[in-house]
Amino acid sequence: MGGPRRSPLTRLGRWLIVIGFAALLAFPFYWMAITTFKQTSDLYNVEHDPFVFNAAPTLDHLRLLFRETLFLRWFWNTTVAGAAVVAITLVLAVPAAWALARLTGRFGQQLGIGIFLTYLVPPTLLFIPMSRVVSWLGLQDTLWAIIVTYPTFTVPFSIWLLMGFFKAIPRDLEDAALVDGLTRFGAFVKLVIPISVSGILTVVIFSFTLVTQEFVYALTFISSAEHQTVGVGVPIYLVRGDVYYWGSLMAACLITSLPIAVVYNLFLDRFIAGFTVGAVK
Amino acid sequence: MAVVETRKLTKVFKKAEEGAVNDVDLVTRDGEFLVFLGPSGSGKSTLLRMIAGLEEPTRGDVLIGGDVVTDLPPRARGIAMVFQSYALYPHLSVEQNIGFPLKAHGVPKPKRRERVDWAASLLGIQHLLARKPRELSGGERQRVALARALVREPTVFLLDEPLSNLDAKLRASAREELTSFHKRVRTTTIYVTHDQVEAMSMGDRIVVLNKGIVRQIGTPHEVYDEPADTFVATFLGSPPMNLVEDTDFIAGFRPESVVPAEMVRGPSAPIRLRIRLVEFLGSERILHGVIDGGRFDGRKVVSRVATAASGGLGEGAAHDFAVPASEVKFFDRATGKRAAPRELSWR
Repeated sequence: MGGPRRSPLTRLGRWLIVIGFAALLAFPFYWMAITTFKQTSDLYNVEHDPFVFNAAPTLDHLRLLFRETLFLRWFWNTTVAGAAVVAITLVLAVPAAWALARLTGRFGQQLGIGIFLTYLVPPTLLFIPMSRVVSWLGLQDTLWAIIVTYPTFTVPFSIWLLMGFFKAIPRDLEDAALVDGLTRFGAFVKLVIPISVSGILTVVIFSFTLVTQEFVYALTFISSAEHQTVGVGVPIYLVRGDVYYWGSLMAACLITSLPIAVVYNLFLDRFIAGFTVGAVK
Repeated sequence: MAVVETRKLTKVFKKAEEGAVNDVDLVTRDGEFLVFLGPSGSGKSTLLRMIAGLEEPTRGDVLIGGDVVTDLPPRARGIAMVFQSYALYPHLSVEQNIGFPLKAHGVPKPKRRERVDWAASLLGIQHLLARKPRELSGGERQRVALARALVREPTVFLLDEPLSNLDAKLRASAREELTSFHKRVRTTTIYVTHDQVEAMSMGDRIVVLNKGIVRQIGTPHEVYDEPADTFVATFLGSPPMNLVEDTDFIAGFRPESVVPAEMVRGPSAPIRLRIRLVEFLGSERILHGVIDGGRFDGRKVVSRVATAASGGLGEGAAHDFAVPASEVKFFDRATGKRAAPRELSWR
């Protein structure tokens, strides 16, 4: 790396900060992992050091999770609903954001803000009117109930987020594509979307994680266990009265969050990269 | 190759406001290098974008090769354009950038490769084909943009200030390259710039624009030596033409026409100048003075004199200068338009 040489003390300070943050961010994963494999007696003994195994590791909690709850089913439901919500969000938000960013002038800007404001209405307020809509559609107690309701907040947020990305694309690029032989729609598909991959990935991750963690709608609209998602099924069936099945709870959290963390890290540079650098100037 | 023509081409962005481009009629010659020159906001880029089809005219027509193309999209006009920002596609390699117009027009892959190689070799950028735009220098990006414009063998080239992002040194060599490049391909080229040096050195003809109106169309010689109005007279040349107002006309003469009286032969107008400031520019000096005595007493006049001929012309002193009669141009005072020559008495 270029730049002037830093003093050893500055470098040490930087490393300490980096290591500190890394530890902070990695700690929940460590905690989930160690709790998953600890024996219950080890877990509840206040004399024990909570950060290490004091007794032999066990698979009991995983057994409970997979054999005595519908965790796999919930996991599958979450994946299906997540994929559907992501698809709906992209289909609606990507063209809408582009139109608002490019084709509608100042009116588009105001409309964009208006759309974003709807995102600020909290689900705790909306779930009552929403439940009437869901029952009117005859979707209560099906996965479809959440597939149609989640986009009500993923779409506005994603439009708002993507508008920023599309506005950052120099207009010259689209003009160049028009001169080079594409239609306006062609330029959108072949140029705008590939350049905005980072924004689109952000929308995908945002929408998907929302499905895995959303609680209010999922709890209200779906009552039978086999239609529930991880976010509702796990707390309902692993917290019985005042008994917390900590080992299994942590196992469920770990299994659900790991894939998302891995995907997120794979595309990390895409999120950060100044992707349009070099396009102009 | 083709001729570009505009008929009463007008663009009004906001109703009730002056148009950005007003009733522009012009015809290029086949294979010509035509320059649109004007200050910022003069409508030159808007005019170019209307010819490209990127901007919809409020009125008027654009013709390319004799066909009215006003309602055709840019892709159907057989044009290629180089943007000020170069507008290279950031996610594509140089090779894909250059091949992009061919791909968009459905040229098969082997043929595409061949054309990309041809364009790249013409501009000497074969070694850059695998790179991404962000890994290129300003000059290299400009070449890639040119190669992308060239690869399709368009009938018309449109260049929108393509040199303004280059540093001064690179700009001079790029100017020369562009000119020799145009001499080789001989494609009708329209070039937009606000830089008079670029316009004068590159253009076969120059279209001088101001406030969306064509002030003059002519060769670099014509617009410099025979300006059609006071705007053209003062916009071209550095320092600009001296303008001295009289009751009903304005007399104009270039700084280089104001020379020490003893150097002028033939009929001339004598002026006595009190020199206020001398700028030394190496081979020549710029003398800022005011007229001393006579009807135009106190008017500012700038003279440009070769350093070798300006010995003894110091600040503070008054000297006799003269302007050859043939070098004095006359403009109507009310309209600023060029007027017939007349007798000018300075005393």
